[in-house]
This record gives sequence, structure tokens and C-alpha cells, in this order.
Amino acid sequence: MIPTSFDYVRAGSLKETLNLLAAGDGTKIIAGGHSLLPMMKFRLVQTPRLVDISRLEELRGITEHKKGARIGATTTYAELATSPILRERCPVVAEVAAEIADLQVRNRGTLGGGLAHADPASDMPAVMLALDAEFELRSKKAGKRSVKAREFFKGPFATAMTEDELFTGIVLGGMGRTAAAYESFDQAASGYALVGVCAVVARKRTAIAAITVAFTGLGEVQFLSPAFDRLVDTKGDRATLAQAALEAVKGVEIAGDLHAPAEYRRHLAQVAATRAVQKAYERAGA
Amino acid sequence: MATLFGSGIKRREDPRLITGSATYTDDVKLPGMVYAMFVRSPYAHARIKSIDVAAARKAPGVVAVYTGKDVKDRLVPVPCAWNPPGCDLKVPPHPQLAWDKVRYVGDAVAMVIAETRAQVRDAVDLVEVDYDSLPATVDPEKATQKGAAQLHDEIPNNIAFIWKVAGGDAEAAFRSADASVKERIVQQRLLPTAMEPRAAVASYNRGSGQLTLWCTSQNPHIHRFLCSVMLKLPEHRVRVIAPEVGGGFGSKIPAYPDEALVSLAAMDLGRPVKWTEDRSENYKVTIHGRDHIEYVEMCGTRDGKITGLRTRVYAGLGGYASTAGPGIPTILHGLIYSGAYTIPNILGVIHGVYTNGTPVDAYRGAGRPEAAFLVERLVDIFARKIGMDPVEVRRKNFIPRDKFPYTTVTGLTYDSGNYEGALDKALGMLDYKTFRADQVRARKQNKYLGVGVVSYVEICGLGPSAVAGAVGFGAGLYDSAIVRVYPTGVVKVYIGASPHGQGEETTFAQIVADEFGYPVENVEIIHGDTDNTPQGWGTYGSRSTAVCGSAVKVAAVKLKEKARKLAAHLLEANEADLEWKDGKFQVKGSPDKAKGFAELALMANVAWNMPAGMEPGMEASAFFDPTNFVYPFGTHVCTVDVDIDTGEVKILRYIAVDDCGPPINPMIVDGQIHGGVVQGLGEALQEIAVYDNEGQLLTGTMMDYAVPRASQMPFLELAHTVTPSPVNLGVKGCGEAGTIASAACVVNAVTDALSPLGINHIDKPLTPARVWAAIQKAKGAKP
Repeated sequence: MIPTSFDYVRAGSLKETLNLLAAGDGTKIIAGGHSLLPMMKFRLVQTPRLVDISRLEELRGITEHKKGARIGATTTYAELATSPILRERCPVVAEVAAEIADLQVRNRGTLGGGLAHADPASDMPAVMLALDAEFELRSKKAGKRSVKAREFFKGPFATAMTEDELFTGIVLGGMGRTAAAYESFDQAASGYALVGVCAVVARKRTAIAAITVAFTGLGEVQFLSPAFDRLVDTKGDRATLAQAALEAVKGVEIAGDLHAPAEYRRHLAQVAATRAVQKAYERAGA
Repeated sequence: MATLFGSGIKRREDPRLITGSATYTDDVKLPGMVYAMFVRSPYAHARIKSIDVAAARKAPGVVAVYTGKDVKDRLVPVPCAWNPPGCDLKVPPHPQLAWDKVRYVGDAVAMVIAETRAQVRDAVDLVEVDYDSLPATVDPEKATQKGAAQLHDEIPNNIAFIWKVAGGDAEAAFRSADASVKERIVQQRLLPTAMEPRAAVASYNRGSGQLTLWCTSQNPHIHRFLCSVMLKLPEHRVRVIAPEVGGGFGSKIPAYPDEALVSLAAMDLGRPVKWTEDRSENYKVTIHGRDHIEYVEMCGTRDGKITGLRTRVYAGLGGYASTAGPGIPTILHGLIYSGAYTIPNILGVIHGVYTNGTPVDAYRGAGRPEAAFLVERLVDIFARKIGMDPVEVRRKNFIPRDKFPYTTVTGLTYDSGNYEGALDKALGMLDYKTFRADQVRARKQNKYLGVGVVSYVEICGLGPSAVAGAVGFGAGLYDSAIVRVYPTGVVKVYIGASPHGQGEETTFAQIVADEFGYPVENVEIIHGDTDNTPQGWGTYGSRSTAVCGSAVKVAAVKLKEKARKLAAHLLEANEADLEWKDGKFQVKGSPDKAKGFAELALMANVAWNMPAGMEPGMEASAFFDPTNFVYPFGTHVCTVDVDIDTGEVKILRYIAVDDCGPPINPMIVDGQIHGGVVQGLGEALQEIAVYDNEGQLLTGTMMDYAVPRASQMPFLELAHTVTPSPVNLGVKGCGEAGTIASAACVVNAVTDALSPLGINHIDKPLTPARVWAAIQKAKGAKP
């Protein structure tokens, strides 16, 4: 488990990082390294240079932002899980972060790194989709730009980022009158989601006023399903919810593997969606 | 004086292990050391057309490159050391480096040696091997059928052996039985996953002709013997050291190609050579466990008396016969088919089959878990068929307490047992009746609760050497100890066993300290170096405490006797007038006339005033060869809640009542039970090694092979009954008990939960996907 030879640079500034990325030589950014290093050790990733951004203070931390929050790219999952700002303003992010992998990984792994890595079975992309998050990207050439989560995830390990771009942060709009819940079933070995569903629900008394539901783990990329729109103006009764969940996964090309055949994943997706929506609905009424 | 025997003192090996100050094989660093790495086959079955090592030889830092053709005439092929009699075992040559054909993914074809680890890693990619790929066969049943790929030209249908166990007349029993049941059971391949992967460091002194091999071994004396054979070196020129070993579970028993190859290179180069597996290499080339496909049947009377058991088993051996491979599904499996019961008629036909997979050998329990699993599953299935409570069927067929020693129809003589005692205790802890009532209520609310009961017996304390010889095991099974008392009275004990996590540095010291009236701190246990320990046979098969522990005790008693004689001499008293009291020999009625063991050790070591004819010194050795195996037993009970919607299994309670005789250190026994149960729960719920049809290992890393984690495991409720073995210290083994019981226990519980759906059996591991699929199938099958 020895990677190919590479240079290591500890970035002293954002500017230096962007300059190094602009070289276009396959330089890779490392923060927590929990996805990248295993791939390098298996030699699935071979890079001439690693630029370590984990000590750039400007990329780290959680701040209040309008009614929501801004999360620096190198904020660790452990920091997310214990953040009073997130607990108050976007609790589902803290909840999901607390369940990712184990404590050692949460102490090192970063939200920005995980999102930029775009593993099709990771939890957070679904949460970001459901919360309609915006991602901040920067490059030497194009400067700052902002991309919605909905435009960001393009396929397995593929995103809207260009090669010279750095993922710098996440902006969450806050929950307003909505509530969110995430339900997942994990693969026993890797802990990645066999399927995960994040639901965001707004209520007007007992009726659902708005609903957003995102899926992870089912196929090549996380996605939002419009099927749950039929629940608007209903109380999310069992039958309608089951119908929506069924419709949400109908026609979705689901990959089966040795841990879960496609048919089982399709079924679990419906169970997870039902449970997530019910939980979010209850929370929205609380 | 309170005894240490029976006291749960803390493990004395732990401070160095948990503070990182222990020395494992990979920590051994020698001057001039170079690093080896292997080029391994990406194909499960292929002919090697050519190997081009030119580019690798020229790569930076490369010192040597070896191919199969370079070494095949210099090394004796990897030996298989277990040849069960009467089964016509066919052992194909197992070259250390394949030179004509590769037979599993990971089969080594070349070894590269370079100055640094990074250089050798880069250089292995430069070895160009041209393969002609062949169809592969990975299923041990299909491999015997017409049209399957043939691994070894001289072994038709890939059948290594057909071994039979028979007692009574099973055919007649089935013909005349009131009821019979049958099932096809797959006992999946498992990856032993010791925390420390395998490693070896070889160093050769050209001046003395002495080879020293540090390696991850459960049995350094066996490795010394087998390495001397493979390397054609006189055995006394080979010294094997097993330093700290991070678990084995059987996977560090066998001789492997790599140890011989790094030794050969060290001899050629005159420089020490190190090789350390990484985890994905470990999963590909270190032995696997289990891999049975079984057709099993049980028959009996309508009122629950079991009259017959029949099996036809296909046991995968992998590409070659590993060191103990053929003995596992035969001697250690078929002979225990009677389980805890008086089954009068048994017939087992076991096919050992070569397949394009990693060689299969002993894995925690080794053959016995597979036997307990099929017997205990059949008892449940049979009970359901005749409409009896499975607990009652067990009770009705138990070997009664007053019938020990009991000889089964398969020819084993169980030393002792009280099976009802363990069953009653476990059911009492659960409150079985109440649970059954809860279960009925829950079903009305569409909740599926289940209870699984397993009453197991295992063969431990391997074993009488004469039996080892009779069953074709190419080694002795006695064990040994040297107890050496220093002038100041402190003690070092050199043992033939080779603990690697079992805690014998603590338990054996407890035995010796008790004998000498010492605190445990006065005694140190030394193991793992063939140059300073007496001939022994290693640590596996839950044998070390029962066998080596007995040797320790015998040697200590010899010294105690010597000390008694010396004390009588020094006190000018008759030996008969001395008593051992408060840690001293004292003249009866004159407590001031007394000599403690330390003082006597000093006097023996200086030898100023010895009795006539007594040798100086205070040292004794003992070789202990048991007269029988020991047969620990117990009952495990677990309750589960199966989510009918998702197939998820939640263990509500797990109760283990084990009887391993009197525990020397109850905390260590509980630790062994914990570990064993968890390994069995992994097997029951989530562990499976999967090959695709081309023989590619799909579960090649921990991202896909689900070793159990603490967060996935239930709380374990442990209890014991104590039935001493008559054969030695009274102690029995406890290292494998948990694994032997727990897999069947969980599957029995889940199938009990799902019995309203008519589900009799689901093959482990009971992943949610498998359970859900079984539920869907059952629902579909219902009118």
C-alpha cells in the first residue's frame, strides 16, 4: 500500500494553492485525505503533487450567514456534528455528520473534501441537494463562483468543478419553517449508504406546504425526486406517501452489487423515503 | 493463602501491547535489510507463457528478482502435513512461485527485492507476465462435475479425497424413521482477518550457516520443521522466532510460500530480507476458512428421538492443499457429528475439492463450527417437522450426565459433560417460557421475534500424540515447558506453545505462582523462540491451556518436590514431617522452622549444602501428552427481532453459558468467549468472501468484507457451569467455543422468527438483503 512518488506542499495561503492548481499538472488537493489517500495507496490515483490545505484558517469553520450558515470547506465532520450554529439552524447537517464513519474519520474528514470527491454513495450530497445548498468555488483564472448543489453533482466522482478550481465553502440558507430528516441503510463493511434519503418538509398546520426529497446510493449520482410533490396539501398519509416513494424510484436505473441487489435497493429506497418524510413531517409540526 | 488459580487478574501482556512498546515482526529492523514483494497473479486460472523481469531488474534499488523457474529446483514444494487415513488424499505439488500455471488470484509468480519498500513496490509493476487465461472453477460442488475446469492434471474432477465417517447403520435408520428432514447448507468462505497481517524477516549468517526467521507464527516449532524441509537446511540451522503476533485464528498455522522465499533470498544475498503483507494481499493469499456446501439430513421418531444423521459435503480446499487443509473438514468435522446427542446412526461423506480460490485451512473452530452448525440447524428443522419444541428435542437426545465418559458412534470418547445443566442455566437467564408467550403476542402485532438455542460440544486440547499419528496429522500434539528458577527465586518458564492473544503469559504464571507460593510478578512466561523453548506444537485448537498448561504444572510440581526434599535436608527434618503452609515448607507444629520457595531456590542454585545425590540448580522440564481430548460444551441462546419490511436482524439478547472446566482466569475466559461469539456473529450476519465466476475476489478489502465492529454487536451476557475434565488440570479450551455456538444460534433464532412464513433455513450470512429476499420468496410462495 505505497502510493507512487509525489511532491507534498503545505499551502501557506489560498493564493499559493490556486497558483499551484493553475499549473494544470494533475495536482491534487488534500485536506482530511480519507478518500484520497486510500485511492493513492491502491494507485487508483497517481498525482505528481499534493497540496495540503488543512492549515488554511480561512477555509475552516462554521459561521452564521443570513438566516443560515456558511461552512468552510475544510471543516471536519466532528466540527459539524458539534456545531451550535448548525444544531440551531440546520440540525440535519450536524445529525448526519455525527453518523459518518467513526470518530477517527470524523476528526479528519472534511465536508468540502467529501463533496468534491462526490462518491455516489456518500450521505452529504443528498443532504446538500435537499437543503438547496450552494457551493463556493475559486480558481486563479475565473476567481470566485457559486454553484448550486443541484448543478454540482454530475456522476460518480464527477462534479461541475474545473481542474484548476478549489472548493472553498458551503452556504446553507437555513430552515425557515421547514424541517429535515435523513434516513439511511448502511453497507455493513464500508458504512457507506446502500441507500439514503433526505427529506425537507414545510407544513401549514397539518398539511404539507412544500417538500423536497433527495436520494443517495441508488445509482451513479445523487438526485432530487419530484414524485413527492403530490404530497403537497395532503397530510402525508401512508398510501399517498407509499405511492410517491414507489414513483420516485420507478424508472431509476439502480445498480445492484454483492451487498444489495438492485431490487432490494429499490425497496429500501422506498422504506427510507417513507421514514424520512414522516420524520421530517413530524419535526415540522413540532 | 488465596490462590491465583481462579482469579481474574489483569493480563500481564497488555501494558506493552496497548502502549505500542511491543515488537511485532514488522518492527524487526536489521542492518543492511532489504525488502521483498511478490508479483501475484491477477487470474484465478492461467498458464504462464512468459515472464520478463528485465525492466524490474534495472529499476532503481532492485537487488534481485526471482521467478518460479529460478527457485523450483532449489526448494521443496510447500508441504501438506495432514493426510487423513483411508481417503486416498491427492496432494499436488505446491511451488512457492508458480512457473507453469497459476491456480488462484494472488498465486505468486515472482519475487522482487529492493533497497526500500517504495522501490520494491514500484519495481513489481515492471515485471511483465504473459498469461494464457483458462476457465476457472470456484464452487466446490460444481468443481467436481463434468466440464468443470481442471486445476491439476493428475487429479481428475478436482477431487482431493473422499472421506467417510460412519457409525451404526444410517441407511437403515432413514428407511425406518417416522420422520426425516433435509437441507442444503452453504457455509461460506471466510477471511480470518487477524489484526496483524502476515510478515517475515529472514537473516542468514554465512559464517555460521544459521538462518533466523522472524515470522507471524502460531507454532514456531512447526515452522522451523517445515522451513527446514522446504529450504533443505538441517533443522538445527533454522531458528524461528514468533515475536509479538497480532492474532491468528488459524491463519498463522500453515507454512506459506513467502516465508521460504524470503529465507532463500536472505541466504543468496547475505542480507536480511523483510516482507510484510498489506491487508488486500492478506485477503488474497493468507488462508481462508470454511467453504462447505452440505447436503444434510436428520431422521427420528415422532416423539423426538433422533435416530440418524447423514451428510454429503463438498469442502473447498482452494488451489492447493494447505498445511492442515485436508484434516479440517474430515477429522475435525465429521467425527463430531454426534454433537451433544446420542445419535445412533451417522454417515458422512466428505469430498475435498480443489478450486480456483485461496487455499482453505483452519479458521477459528476449524471444522467444528461447520459440524455444530449443521447438527444444530437440523435439530431445529427436525423439531419443527414433528411439531416439538426444539428445546425439548435437545433435552430428549442429550447424552445423559451419568453416561460419561461417553463414546459416540463416530468413535470419540467425550471426557465429561452436563449438557442439561448448561441448557437449564441459559434458558433460566432468558426466561424461555415468558419469551415464547411474548413471541405469540408480538406476532399478532406483525412483529417477528425469534429465539435460537444451540447446545454445542467441541473437541479441544488437541490432543494425544498417538491419536494425531493415527489420524494422519504429521506432528505430535503433546506440549512442553521448562521452569527455570533463578538464584533470587524468580522464575522464567519457557513453553512450547506460542500464544498470540490468548493471555497465557498471565494464566500460566498463575499456575506456577500458586505452586511456589509466589505473587504472579515473580514468574515470567517466555515463548515463541525455537532456540530457547522446548519442542512444542504451538497454539491452536484451544489446546494450549489444557496441554501446555499441564506441562507447566507438571514441571512446577517436580521443582516443588525437589524443594521439599531440600527443605527437609536443611531443616534436618523428615520429609513426612513437613507441610506446605502459607507458602512455606514448615515442620508440622513448628512454624518457626520453615523455608520458603525462594530461599530453597537460592540454596539449590548455590548448592552449598545439598542432600546426597541431589543435582544442583532449580530447573525442570516436562513434556505433557494428554490421554484424551477435552470436550468443552455449553448452551447459547439468543433472541432476535426481524424487521419484516427491511430484512434487518436485531439481536435483542445474547446469552452464552459455557463450560470449559474451572477457569484459571475468569476474565481471560470471558474475553475469549466475547471474541469467539463476535467472530461467529460476524459469520452469521455479515461476513462472506465472494468470488465471481472468473475467480476474482470481490471482497478484497474491508470496504467489502464486513468484519464486525463494536457498534454492530449486541451486549453479551455470559455465564458458566463448571464440569472439570478428568484428564489433566481439569481445564478445557475456551478459544473457539464462542464461534462454534454463535453462528448457528443466530440462524436458529432468525428462522424461528420467520417460521410463520414457512422459512426453514436461510444461508448465512443473514444480511438484510438475504433475509428480505427469503421473506419475499416465502410470501410469493404462499397462496
